[in-house]
Parts: sequence; structure tokens; C-alpha cells
Amino acid sequence: MSDSDNIIVDTATRIFRDLCEPATINDAETGVWPTALWDALEESGLPLAWVPEGLGGAGAAMADGFAVLRAAGRFAVPAPLAETLIAGWLLARAGLGMPAGPMTIAPVHANGHIALGKDGRLSGRARRVPFARNAGHIAVLAHRGNERLAALVATAGLSIAQDKSLAGEPRDTVSFDGAVPEAINPVDVDQDMIQRLGAAVRLQQMAGALEKILEQSVQWALDRSQFGRPIAKFQAVQHNLATLAGEVAAAGAAADLAAEACCGPDLGEAEVAIAKVRAGEAAGAGAAIAHQVHGAMGFTYEHTLHHATRRLWSWREEFGNETVWAIRLGRMVATQGADRLWPFITQDS
Amino acid sequence: MTISFRFDPVELPPEAKELRQEVRAFLHQEAEAGTLSAHRGKGGFSREFSRRMGAKGWIGMTWPKNYGGQERSQLERYVVTEEMLAAHAPTRAHSTADRQSGPVILRYGQEEIRQKILPQIAAGELCFCIGLSEPNSGSDVFAASTRATKTDGGWLVNGRKIWTSNAHEADYMIALLRTSPSTKENRRHGLTQFLVEMKIPGITIRPIINLTGGHDFNEVVFDDAFLPDSHLIGEVDMAWKQATDELAYERSGPDRWIETFSSLVELVRVAGEEPDDRLAEGIGRQVAHLATLRRMSLSVAGMLQAGKTPAVEAAVVKDLGNNFEQALPDKVRLLAPPPGDAQPDSNDDRFEEALRYTTLIAPKLTIQGGTREILRGIIARGLGLR
Repeated sequence: MSDSDNIIVDTATRIFRDLCEPATINDAETGVWPTALWDALEESGLPLAWVPEGLGGAGAAMADGFAVLRAAGRFAVPAPLAETLIAGWLLARAGLGMPAGPMTIAPVHANGHIALGKDGRLSGRARRVPFARNAGHIAVLAHRGNERLAALVATAGLSIAQDKSLAGEPRDTVSFDGAVPEAINPVDVDQDMIQRLGAAVRLQQMAGALEKILEQSVQWALDRSQFGRPIAKFQAVQHNLATLAGEVAAAGAAADLAAEACCGPDLGEAEVAIAKVRAGEAAGAGAAIAHQVHGAMGFTYEHTLHHATRRLWSWREEFGNETVWAIRLGRMVATQGADRLWPFITQDS
Repeated sequence: MTISFRFDPVELPPEAKELRQEVRAFLHQEAEAGTLSAHRGKGGFSREFSRRMGAKGWIGMTWPKNYGGQERSQLERYVVTEEMLAAHAPTRAHSTADRQSGPVILRYGQEEIRQKILPQIAAGELCFCIGLSEPNSGSDVFAASTRATKTDGGWLVNGRKIWTSNAHEADYMIALLRTSPSTKENRRHGLTQFLVEMKIPGITIRPIINLTGGHDFNEVVFDDAFLPDSHLIGEVDMAWKQATDELAYERSGPDRWIETFSSLVELVRVAGEEPDDRLAEGIGRQVAHLATLRRMSLSVAGMLQAGKTPAVEAAVVKDLGNNFEQALPDKVRLLAPPPGDAQPDSNDDRFEEALRYTTLIAPKLTIQGGTREILRGIIARGLGLR
């Protein structure tokens, strides 16, 4: 699967292939931290991809990070690589380096609000923080009045209530009341930018997962025989898989669109909106077809299809679902007016 | 296994961006002059408009200069095509020649025909139709039975073609004719492409009115119509080889998802600047689909430019695109503010007209140029299932 001429992606893919097996993913769901996998990732510097070299990071291009995340999605990596990348990005925007170890970010919700008091302590809580219980530190977007700050907060001592995503991955509620950041700086990032970057990240993961289920479904259809021939020979199955291929292709194109727009400092709102809507729909439609093709076997825990589909169902809801972004996109379009619709679509490209 | 299709990212070069602005300026002038018909799907039929486009060098853009082309890139052609379609410019007189007939002649036509016909197409002077479907062969293209029988100096044609768009206006047809029986080894053997001049004796054209009341389709009856030898295109019995993937790629262009675009434009117009959440969401969802399709379409053009052969990708874009454009009018219908008895303003009339037209044409969108069922078979083959 290394048709990439990108050494960073190849490195990541090799690590995922070697150390992210189905058993690793299932064990992670029971709370077993994937030590070998994470250690290999840290050793490669991948979690620091979005931190400039000057701050101790790998200094990779945004595009490379996105490509790694697509691979991570394909392999259903049960660890906060995505979240650590975002954390690194946020802290770097504030001129802060980051420690080793798994990290995550907070708040993840658009209406999230963590405040910094005059006493230098944080207050507020954030729900659905991915992998909070596994992270050594959390990169927090905090507010002091109108001022925005990025804070590096150690998880030791924080009150963390555990919860899970549909995929069985940690989505914990973290209370930051009384927490003192290890480092904090003003930052030119707002909660909406976190939404946009988070969406762009989830888009890569979804695109990768969709690629995976297409491959699995095609292979299943070729391997599984009924009525004296592989089910791939039935026109109904062929047409379903053709439809799945279309959704996978659309999601990939959408993820590319958003990633390109997020390689600049502004994190394009229109592109992220377009992509999150389209890929969110593709996630649902695609997962449904994959399950249909796989029949009963694909509905078991033992079969690995659910590694991807449960993540698709989880990721499409995060950093704004299709409705949230479609409303936003519709408003943008309506404001510009009917005669600007076509220029909007072509983004004057 | 790795599924081998990908949609490469594509960056439009500066000349393509400049060209887009030039095309928009041209279209603006045409709009002022009243020659653009805002709601009409593929745009109207206008020989004069085609000539004006020809004068700009926007027909046969990628062809060699010695055949009247401009040797411009696929991406530049893509830009012109999508701007024309989005504006519903009246390109019907030349679009078939530009998109399909010209490239076939360029690739397989005899030199004297190439020299005569291609510059005329590029100048916007010729209208072509496609003689493929017959009463007994639609999706099953290679079951065609209209015969071309060898005679002195040429061929005699007998049989009929159907669903022939613009036959009543066309100067020429490129026809798929049976020159030999098919064989057991190759059921596609025995068909040959020919250039047919529409005004010759032995050709009778009967209109077929579609359910919009419009006249696009025709039945073309051949009764000992004579074609000279010079009108043979390519090799006898070898048309199946000439139905190249190259032409299939053309099918991924913006004409495959833009035919009902006007309904969305007019919905945005009646929505006003501050639609409620429901209407905003509805618009947003359709725009998300459209923008993604557009990117995929552009990506295929870019891959063509790079000399790749994106056969599966082209079929995917056409299938997705056709389904999107077909479903769009009904989605628009249900999002629109309900009609009423208040004084109608011009936006409402435009909206009603756009919705009416796009609703009526919707069924044909997953049939024309390759049915959904056939496309999905092509994709399935590309996935290794067949």
C-alpha cells in the first residue's frame, strides 16, 4: 500500500501496518494502551509533525500531516495521533513547544469555553475530549476576557470522567477548574479555527477509513461464494460496490479540498464546510453499503469491518456534523447571492 | 489489494485563470445582448453564437493548429466548457462536434476529411449529430444493425438510427454502421464508423418530440444512402477499437452534473440573504455535492492533461454527477418557499421556470450518454469485480 513517494507517509504506513493489527485495536477498546504502536510513532517524530523545528518539532508540511492522517484512518489507529498533531499546531501558533507523549486538545465543541482567571488558574470543563485519559498533557484554547490563549496543561490531577465514542475510543469529560497551566501564551486562534482544523483532520481519517472498507468489500465480494459463484458476479452487488466507490472517491476529493485550504494560515471556511458535508454523507452511505455487502459476517465483532465503520459513524459527528456545516455553507452562499454562486463554486480557481 | 483509482489534486495554471476571466467577460457581453437563455439546461441552439465562439478560438481548442485548433491544454478547454455550461450559453450547435465528433475525425478520419471538416468545426460553422442508437440497440451499442454495404466508390446505407439529437439541424453525422456480421470470438466485430452528410438523398429525418414538448430527438431513416469511400473513419469492422477510453473521459466533464444547476441558482435567488436554518442547510448540502463534483471533474481534466487514462474515475464522476443533477430539482422543490397568490415578482417567475424545466428533463439525465446501469458496470469492472 505504499504507492506514495512521500517518505513521511511511507514511514507512518509501515508503522501502522506492522503495529496496528486488529488485536491491537480491539485491545485498545478494552483500555489496553497500544504501547508498541505509540512508541514507534514517537520515535519517528510523527506526532510532532506540525510543530516547527525551531520549537523542537519535526517541521513537516501541513500536507504531510494530513496525508499521514489519511493512512491512520485507513488503519483505524486507536491512539490520539490526530489529536496530538492538532495540539502541536495550536501550541506552536502560540510559540510554545510541546512535551513528549500522547496529547489531546480542548475544548472540542464550538461553544466550548475554558477561562483563565486572574489567579492564573483555569476554570470550565470540556466534554468529549478524545483520549483525555491517555494524554499526558492537553493543549487548551483558553479565554481571558476577549483575549485568547493557548495553554499546556498536565492531565495529572485533573478530574476526568470517562466516556466513549461509537468506536469505543475515549471521549472524556475534563474539568479544568483550578488547573494551573505549565505554559501559556496569547494565540491568534479562535474556537472556530479549532473546528475547522479538527474537521479537516477528521476528513482525512474518514477518507482513509472509506478507502479501507471499499477494499475490504471488493475483496469480500470476490471471496464469498453463493449460488455457485462469487457474490461479486451479481449485478446488484456490483452496482452497490460501484456506488460505494463513488462515495469513497467523493470523500477523498472532499478531504483533499479541505486539506489544501487548511495548509494556509486561514483554514478555509468554505472548503471545510463543503468537504465535511460531503464526506459526512459519504461516511454514512459508504458504511451502509459495506455492511450490506458483508452480510452477517460483517456485523460481528470478530470481523474487522466495524473498526472502520464505527469510526466513520463517530468521526462524522465531530467538529461539526453535516447539518452544522451545511447551514453555515448555505448562509455563506445566500449572503453572496445567486449570481455569485458559480464563482463561489469555482472559488475563482 | 489496493483500489487503483485516485483523483489527483490539480492546480489551474495562470493562463487557464486568465482565460476564465476572458470567457466571463464574453458571456457578460452576450448576456447584455440577450443571447443567453438563463434556464435552459444545456443552452439553446445558435449558429451565430457558435461562430462567435469559433472566432474566439474556443471550439476545437486542443486540436493541432494545422487543423484549425489552438493547441491549448485540456485544462483550458475545461475552463471554457464549464463557464459556458454554468451560464447556459447556447452551445448546442457545436458542442457535439467539439466534444466527440471532431476528436474522432482527428484521430481516425482520412486526411482529406480532416483538412476539410476540422477547421470548419473549429470556426463554429458545423453542427454534428451522433448516429449510434437504433430501435433495437441502445445500451447494447454493438448490436447495431443499420448496414453499410460496399459498392462502387463507396457504401450504401440502409436502416435507421433513433434518439439522434439535433439530426434535424446537423450538417453531418458520425454513424456506427454494420459492415460485417459479428463473430463468435468477438461480438463487437463488424461495426464501422462513417461520416455522413445529412443532406444527401436517401436520408429521411422524422422528429421525436420529448415530454417537455421540445424537439431534440429524431429518427433517421437510411434508404440506399450513398457514402463515398473518403467518408470511412478508421478501419472497416474495427469501430470497437475506436470507441476509445479517450472519448469516455470526455464524459466526465461538467456537462455531466450541471444540466439542472439553474434550479439551484434560482433557489438561492428566492432564498434571499438570510434564509432560515432549514433552507440554508438544504442549499448547503447541494452546494457541497456540486463543489465536490466539480473538483473531481477538474481533477480528471488534469489527469488527462498529464497524459493519464482515468477511465474508472471518469465513469465515477459521470455516475455521481448524473445522480446529483437528477435529484436536484426535487430537492429544490421541497426547499422552496411555497408558491402563493401574492403578486409574483420576477424572481418567482424565474424560479418557477427553472424548476419546471429541470424537473421535466430529470429522467433523461441518467439515461443519456451512458445509462446508470452501464456506468456502474464499467465501475464494477474497474474495481475488478467483472
